[in-house]
Amino acid sequence: MHNKSVAELSRELESGTISSVELTQQFLDRLKTEDGKYNSFITISEEQALAEARVADEMRAAGKANVWTGVPFAHKDIFCTNGIRTTCGSKMLENFIPPYDATVTANFKAAGAVCLGKTNMDEFAMGSSNESSFYGAVTNPWGLSNGDKRVPGGSSGGSAAAVAARLVPAATGTDTGGSIRQPAALCGITGLKPTYGRVSRYGMIAFASSLDQGGPMARTAEDAALMMNVMAGHDPKDSTCIAQPVPDYTSTLNEPLKGLRIGLPKEYFSDQLSPAMEEQVRNAIREYEKLGATVKEVSLPNAKLAIAAYYVIAPAEASANLSRFDGVRYGYRCENPKDLMDMYTRSRAEGFGNEVKRRILVGSYALSAGYFDAYYLKAQKVRRLIQQDFLNAFREVDVLMSPVSPTPAFRQGEKNTDPVSMYLEDVFTIAINLAGIPAMSVPAGFVDGLPVGLQIIGDYFSEARLLNAAHQFQQVTDWHQREPQ
Amino acid sequence: MQWDIVIGLEIHVQLATQTKIFSGSSTAFGAEPNTQASAVDLAMPGTLPVPNEQAFRYAVMFGLATNAEIGRRSVFERKNYFYPDLPKGYQTTQLEQPIVGPGHVDIDLADGSTKRVRIHHAHLEEDAGKSLHEDYHGMTGIDLNRAGTPLIEVVTEPDMNSAEEAVAFAKKLHSLVTSLGICDGDMSQGSMRFDVNISLKPKGSDTLGTRTETKNLNSFRFMEQAIAHEVERQMDILEDGGTITQETRLYNGDRDESRSMRSKEEANDYRYFPCPDLLPVEIDDAFIEDARARLPELPDARRARFKEQYGLNDYDAGILSADAKLAVFFEETAEYGKDAKLAANWIQGEFSARLNAEDKSVAESPITGAQLGALVVRIADNTLSSSGAKKVFEALWTGESDSVDAIIDAKGLKQVSDTGALEAMVDEVLADMPDQVAQYQGEEDPKKRKKMLGGFMGPLMKASKGQGNPKLFNEILVRKLGG
Repeated sequence: MHNKSVAELSRELESGTISSVELTQQFLDRLKTEDGKYNSFITISEEQALAEARVADEMRAAGKANVWTGVPFAHKDIFCTNGIRTTCGSKMLENFIPPYDATVTANFKAAGAVCLGKTNMDEFAMGSSNESSFYGAVTNPWGLSNGDKRVPGGSSGGSAAAVAARLVPAATGTDTGGSIRQPAALCGITGLKPTYGRVSRYGMIAFASSLDQGGPMARTAEDAALMMNVMAGHDPKDSTCIAQPVPDYTSTLNEPLKGLRIGLPKEYFSDQLSPAMEEQVRNAIREYEKLGATVKEVSLPNAKLAIAAYYVIAPAEASANLSRFDGVRYGYRCENPKDLMDMYTRSRAEGFGNEVKRRILVGSYALSAGYFDAYYLKAQKVRRLIQQDFLNAFREVDVLMSPVSPTPAFRQGEKNTDPVSMYLEDVFTIAINLAGIPAMSVPAGFVDGLPVGLQIIGDYFSEARLLNAAHQFQQVTDWHQREPQ
Repeated sequence: MQWDIVIGLEIHVQLATQTKIFSGSSTAFGAEPNTQASAVDLAMPGTLPVPNEQAFRYAVMFGLATNAEIGRRSVFERKNYFYPDLPKGYQTTQLEQPIVGPGHVDIDLADGSTKRVRIHHAHLEEDAGKSLHEDYHGMTGIDLNRAGTPLIEVVTEPDMNSAEEAVAFAKKLHSLVTSLGICDGDMSQGSMRFDVNISLKPKGSDTLGTRTETKNLNSFRFMEQAIAHEVERQMDILEDGGTITQETRLYNGDRDESRSMRSKEEANDYRYFPCPDLLPVEIDDAFIEDARARLPELPDARRARFKEQYGLNDYDAGILSADAKLAVFFEETAEYGKDAKLAANWIQGEFSARLNAEDKSVAESPITGAQLGALVVRIADNTLSSSGAKKVFEALWTGESDSVDAIIDAKGLKQVSDTGALEAMVDEVLADMPDQVAQYQGEEDPKKRKKMLGGFMGPLMKASKGQGNPKLFNEILVRKLGG
């Protein structure tokens, strides 16, 4: 069962070959025996999962089941779950049990899905290797057979590793600068970062509010579409969430791709990309040509400014978003504070890890009197130029295709002492967040036995088209079916 | 040396919305600590603000009532600082693009002149919670019921030049926001709080001096005292050749003292930036017109109407129109009492004195405008003497009865106005006082005669057991004594 997709598991439950309680127990048992190798979960919520499974079986018996009823999955530990510890990968929230559900959490509950637990992540979603988690690094299932402990990417590295290792068929992720797409690419699974405002951010612990977006991580585009059907939609609790009708994302998966106009941003095929990676990506694009798509080169002239702009805007927003972790109302508080200032400084010094502190400092600096115009305002102007680049490109083509990351999964410890080389991991993904448009990562080959991702980028609210393009590719390739040994 | 005083005000006005500015929690005052604080108010992780449309409507109404430009694109910013009763670690407020732009308010001064005070802008923001330093044995309690209550902060230009002008402006603003119904005006509960910026400059100089800000004054009286105190403090320093430090000060009204809270150097760098959780709010014509249609009669218009409709003089009309609730009470009294001038006198006299004595607001008055109106009717038709009227008022106030006529009957306060009976009493009293009658009739000076007339009133009131109509007694006396 653990090799089946969400769609397949749903059919098994529907046909009655297995109950949700049985299925859930199988996944829980596997999770408990296998996850020692990966450390992809922070919390396994066995009791609640089995309770949800029992309810799902009752719903099915009452004839009230839908696609998701009784299907197991997991949440990135950034989505608040009522009554289940939600840590955001930080010591700061080690003891935090939210009394409320994130809207995404509530949506999956309403759909009858069974949440097995909370997946590991970079602390407060800040990282590209999952090494900044207070709960330990996550190991990529790929490369382990050679004895190599490689990173799964980040920040949604736990979700990506768990899905790749068949511990769960699907998991939620969030993407602020590439945090769904890069780990999906490094772990050989399918991930989608939706249009900003497509999925509610309520209850999703904020890193950089104008960039954060929740999305699906699964093995197939079809499963990602099924997740989007649950996740997307307007939420009155999030005023940045957009009131646009939600299509059935599965209904257009089988549209033919003939005539699809693909643009290749020349800036994303630069010398930052290894030749071996480039070859895999170009092979994938040739498959699209065989499916009837046309390809042309386009330019995103301001793309080179994206990392610099991002590392002003995201830390600036984060510096304010993380101020609420002050030891006053919840979360970590230092022992025996001698006064208020001591409580603030020690609680935050002891509760946050180094990468989080680095970004709070960078962000506070960028917003300081005398620097605001030169950093924050300038970065916002760059952001508009980057957005305009994409809008110009979409006047000529339907989608853009590129690599997701410049290299395949690197070894643990390789980059975590050099923040800038770590930040460059997101060189092909970050501009998409700044523009607010959707993009996918689709398995597209291997280099040295490690997965390579193809990035498909679309215009605002083109998730259905991206999923359609990914699904058609997955009908003629089997990269997404490969299983790590 | 002669000094010019320069005063600008920042006024925090709590908006009377049912719920908070970014959450659905109640804003009611006085609940048990932290019972009106939701996950959003507590700044729990992942929670997000959703703006309250009513707060925008109230702010726009304020802008329209102060002749201001309305900000068509209203942007919230984060003002970053750590404080235990500020749950998010930043206050959501406005800076560059506030909801209300430049406007003005005209104030009346004691010498009868009016003065225009310009408003620089007014912006929407959330209130913080409260830190409770008592009762926790060296610890601090945090009550977040108030956190997220909508405020508008009104910032004036430095257009006021005396405590009198500043207080007149503050009272005018109080009158405006309570008349608009956008603030309950209850200063004892912190519904309006004043920060006063004060500087001095040599008389006639064009250059402003260094200013200080005295924060959180919550009564007109404290504000007046604090200004007087600060002006004197600055004058002493300047006349001794010293310089003023730009700083924020706290005034203790009970001791008439102030102390420095923080200097400019110690001020926070608030690192303002636009709040990414809230989209800019576009205020369109339809919203503004809707707000305009909701504007009630404003104090200035009401004052003019009171003069016109009730024949009140400017002073009475000004006092009775300034407070919306008092104005309603007056109109009810005048309607039932028929005699508006008499109604105005009673409200400003006995009624206001009683409210003040018991520290009650008009809304807490135990008597209604209709009851006071009924009392006015009985004064106007001579049923009650002024001392009788006071007894009826007392009985109404203490709740002995809610009917004026029933009280008059029960207490036997009805005046005797039967001319025949009164004439008989006058004859009797005059017969008993021949010396005084002779003295009166021998006096030439009308003033002295008038005074001597009073000497007959005591015995007359005694003869009538206090129920004789004094006005009629007077008329009869004058006639009988021969002018």
